[in-house]
Amino acid sequence: MIPSSYFFILSVVLFVLGIIAFFIKRDLLTQFMSVEIMLNAANLAFISLAKATGSLDGQIIVFFIITVAAAEAVIGLAIILLIFRQKKSIRTEDINLMKG
Amino acid sequence: MGHFLFFLLATICVGAVLGMIISRNQAYSALFLVLAFASMGGLFGLLNAPFIAVVQIIIYAGAIMVLFVFVVMMINVREGLPSEKKKWIFAVSLILAFVLFLEIILAASGRLSSLSGAEAADIGNPTNLGRLLFTRYLYPFEITSILIIAALVGALVLLKKKAKE
Amino acid sequence: MTEFFWLIPFAPALSTFILVVFGRRLPKRYVSFQACSAIFISFIISVISFIGLLGTNPESIPIVKTLFSWIRAGTFGADFSLQLDPLSAIMCLVVTGVGFLIHVYSVGYMADDRSYTRYFTLLNLFAFAMLILVMASNMVLMFVGWEGVGLCSYLLIGFWFEKHSAANAGKKAFIVNRIGDAGFILGLLFMFITVGSVEFRSINEAIGGGLLNQGMATLIALLLFLGATGKSAQIPLYVWLPDAMEGPTPVSALIHAATMVTAGVYMVSRMNLLFTLSGTASQVVAIVGALTAIYAATMALTQNDIKRVLAYSTISQIGYMFIGCGVGAYAAGMFHLYTHAFFKSLLFLAAGSVMHALSGELDIRKMGGLRKYLPLTYPTFLIGAIAIAGVPFFSGFFSKDAILTMAFANGQYFVWALGLMGAVLTAFYMFRLIFLTFYGEERLDQHAKEHLHESPRVMTVPLVILAFFSIVAGYVGLPLVLGKKLDLFGRFLEPVIKPAGEGHLSLGTEWLLILVSVAVALCGIFIAYAFYLQKPQAPHTLVRRFPWLYRLLYNKYYVDEIYNAVFVNPMIRSSEIVYKNFDLKVIDGTLNGSASAANWSGKVLSYLQTGFIKDYALIFLVGIVIVIGFLLF
Repeated sequence: MIPSSYFFILSVVLFVLGIIAFFIKRDLLTQFMSVEIMLNAANLAFISLAKATGSLDGQIIVFFIITVAAAEAVIGLAIILLIFRQKKSIRTEDINLMKG
Repeated sequence: MGHFLFFLLATICVGAVLGMIISRNQAYSALFLVLAFASMGGLFGLLNAPFIAVVQIIIYAGAIMVLFVFVVMMINVREGLPSEKKKWIFAVSLILAFVLFLEIILAASGRLSSLSGAEAADIGNPTNLGRLLFTRYLYPFEITSILIIAALVGALVLLKKKAKE
Repeated sequence: MTEFFWLIPFAPALSTFILVVFGRRLPKRYVSFQACSAIFISFIISVISFIGLLGTNPESIPIVKTLFSWIRAGTFGADFSLQLDPLSAIMCLVVTGVGFLIHVYSVGYMADDRSYTRYFTLLNLFAFAMLILVMASNMVLMFVGWEGVGLCSYLLIGFWFEKHSAANAGKKAFIVNRIGDAGFILGLLFMFITVGSVEFRSINEAIGGGLLNQGMATLIALLLFLGATGKSAQIPLYVWLPDAMEGPTPVSALIHAATMVTAGVYMVSRMNLLFTLSGTASQVVAIVGALTAIYAATMALTQNDIKRVLAYSTISQIGYMFIGCGVGAYAAGMFHLYTHAFFKSLLFLAAGSVMHALSGELDIRKMGGLRKYLPLTYPTFLIGAIAIAGVPFFSGFFSKDAILTMAFANGQYFVWALGLMGAVLTAFYMFRLIFLTFYGEERLDQHAKEHLHESPRVMTVPLVILAFFSIVAGYVGLPLVLGKKLDLFGRFLEPVIKPAGEGHLSLGTEWLLILVSVAVALCGIFIAYAFYLQKPQAPHTLVRRFPWLYRLLYNKYYVDEIYNAVFVNPMIRSSEIVYKNFDLKVIDGTLNGSASAANWSGKVLSYLQTGFIKDYALIFLVGIVIVIGFLLF
C-alpha cells in the first residue's frame, strides 16, 4: 500500500503551488481560484492523515470544509461581480481603496 | 497497481495546477482547475474515502468550478493578463513558499512515520460517516445547512440590481 | 481607673471627623458645642487616668496599650500604642485642660468669623495630634503626632489665608519646623540602628544596660535636640514663632504658648536618660536654652505689637525650660512648662480680649489707660504678668526658681547668670506692656474708643479660671528649701524622671538664691515703672542716646534678613535653575519627544498600508513562515 506520507507531501506541494499562484496572478478571479487550490490541498492533507491515524474525523472535517468552501465561493464570486460592476475591471492593481 | 494509480493521478493533479498557473486565459485556467479537482477526487478514493471522493467531484469539480466558469463568462475579459509585473514580489514569494514547504515537511517528518495506518478498507464508507455525522457532529451539520442558506440569500442580496425608476 | 486612658485622643479625633464630613451643614452653635465637649471629655478621662495613676504601683508604670500593629518591616517595628505614665499624664492634663478653656474662649473670640467651622475642626485636629504626640509609646508614633501638630500649626497660622502675611507666616512655620524634623528623623534612625528598637521602654532599658556608648548618645541627643529647637522655637530655628502671631489669638495661646511649642521640652524630658548619658548634649541644651532666654528677652523689649512681645516672651521662657533640662533638672523644666501653660495662655487670651475690645488694634502705642474700661481683662492680665515675672506666691516664681537653683547647684554659673539677667528683662518687658496698655494717657483711635467694651463672659470666664491657676498651680512644687516631701510635682514624676542628683547646697545658699531671684524680679518691675509711668520720656531719651542698639533690637538682630540672604534666596534661585534646565528641558522634552516619536513611527509604518491585497498577503506569508520557523526551533 502507498504510505500516507506520500499523499501528505503531495498536499504540501499543492499548497505551496497555490501560494505561488496567488502571487503570480494579477486578476481577482484567478487569485480566488488559487485560494481554492489551497483549500483542496488542505483537504488532501486531512484525508491522508485520517487514513494514517485510522480515525474517521479527518473525513468528517473535509466534508464540512467542502461545504463551507462552496458557500464561500458563492459569496466571493458575488463580491467579485460587484467590484466588476463598479470599476469595470478586476485587476488587483486597480483596487486600493484601503490605502493609508 | 495502487502505486501506479497514485503517481498517475498525482502527476495529472500537479500538471493541471501548473497549467492553471501558466495559462493566461481565465477560461483555460478554470478548466485546468476542473481537471485538478477531478484527479483529487481520485486520490481521495485511493485513501479509503469513497464518499468524500464522490462529494468532491460532484460539488467541487461539478458545482463550484461551474460557478467560476459562469463568472468568467459574465466578466468577459477579452485579453488575457500577463503575469505579475513586479518581479521582486514573484521572487520573494517563490522563496518564501519554498521555505514554507521545507518547514512543513520538517515539522511533519518525525510524526508521520510513527503513525500506524488503519488497514480497514471500508472505514470511509457512507454508513460509518453517516453514523458520525448524525451523532457527534450533529451540531455542525445542522449549522452548516443554515450557513448555506445564508450564503444563498447573501449572494442574492448583494447582486440585486436596483429597480430602475 | 486607668483602663480607659487610651481613649483620650479619640474624642477630638471623632469630633474632627464629624466636622470634616458634615461641618458645612451643621449650625454654628452645635459646632462649637461639639468641639468643646470633645476636649472636655478628653479632659475628664485625663483626670480619671491621673487619679488612677496616683494609686498605681510604680512598678507597673508605664502602662502601655497597643491599639494595633502598625509597621512591621523586618526587625523594625512600630505599633500604634499609647502609654500612660506620670509624664504623659501631666501633659494630657495640660493639653486638655488649657485646651478646653481656649476652646470656650474661641467661641466668643471667633464668633463673627466666616470660617467658624473650619477653625474648630482644626483645633480639634490639633488636639488629637498633640495627644498622640504626648501619649505615644514609641518614637515613630510620637513623630506622627509631631508632624501632625506642625501641620495644624501651618493651617491655623495661615487661617486667614487670603492675607499674604498670614499665608507666608504659615509657610515659614512649616518649613522651619521641617528642618528641625530632619534632625529628629536622623536621631530616630541612629537610635534604631544602635539600640534596635524605637519603643521608649526598650530604649530606656538599653541605656540602663549600657548598650549605648557616649559618642552615639551625644550624636542622637543632639540630632533630637535639633528637632526640638525647631518645634520649640529656640536658637537657631525660632524665626517662625513671631511671624506665627498672624494667626488668631486663641491659636497663639494654645499652640504657641501652652502646647505645641512645649513638645520639644516634653521630648527631651521623655529621653532624659539619653541626655543624662551624654554630658556634652546636656551642656549644649542648657547653653542654647540660656542664650535663647536672654536673646529673645532683649528683642521683646522693643516690640510694639502686643502679641509679638508675648511671642518673644514665649521663646524666652521655653529657653528656661531647656535650661532646666540641660542641667539635669528635668522635673524643674517640666514644672515650668506646666506653670507657663497657665500664665502664658492667660496672657495671650487677655491680650486677645484687649484686641477684641479695641476692634482689633494690636499696637500698644495706640493703647493706654484701659484699666478703667476692662474690669476683668485688666486684673487677669496683671496676674499673668506677675506670675511670669517671678514674684513670690505666684506660680511662675516656684518654677523659675526651681530651675535657677538647680542650675546654680550643678555648678552651671554661666547659665545661672544668664537666666538671672533674663529674669530682669522678663519682668521689665512684661510690665512695660502693662503700663503702656492699661495705664498712662489714652492714645486710642477714635473709632476704637467708641466701640470700647469688655469682652463677653464666654471669653472672660476662661481668663478668670486661668488666672486662678496661675496663682495656685505652683504650690504643687514647693522649693526644696522647705523640704523634699513638699515637692509633689517632682515626686510624682519620679518613676519617669530620676530626681536630679546634684551637688547639695546649704540651706543658707538656697535661701540666698531665692532672695536674689525675687530681688531681680522686683527690680525689673520697678525699672519699668520708672520708665513708663514716672518719666514717660525716659525710653525716648534712651533711644536717642543709643539709636543703633534700638535699631538692632527692633529689627530682631536682622536674623530674618540674614537667613533670607544665606538660605532662602539661594534655594529659590537654584530651584529656578533646576526648573528651567531639568524640568522643562529634560522631563518635558522626554514627554514631548516620546509623543513625536510615536507620531513619526506611525507615519513610517503607514507606508505598509498600500491598499493592495497582494502586499498584505505577502506580509501574511512572511509572518506564517516566521512563526512556523519559530515553533519548529
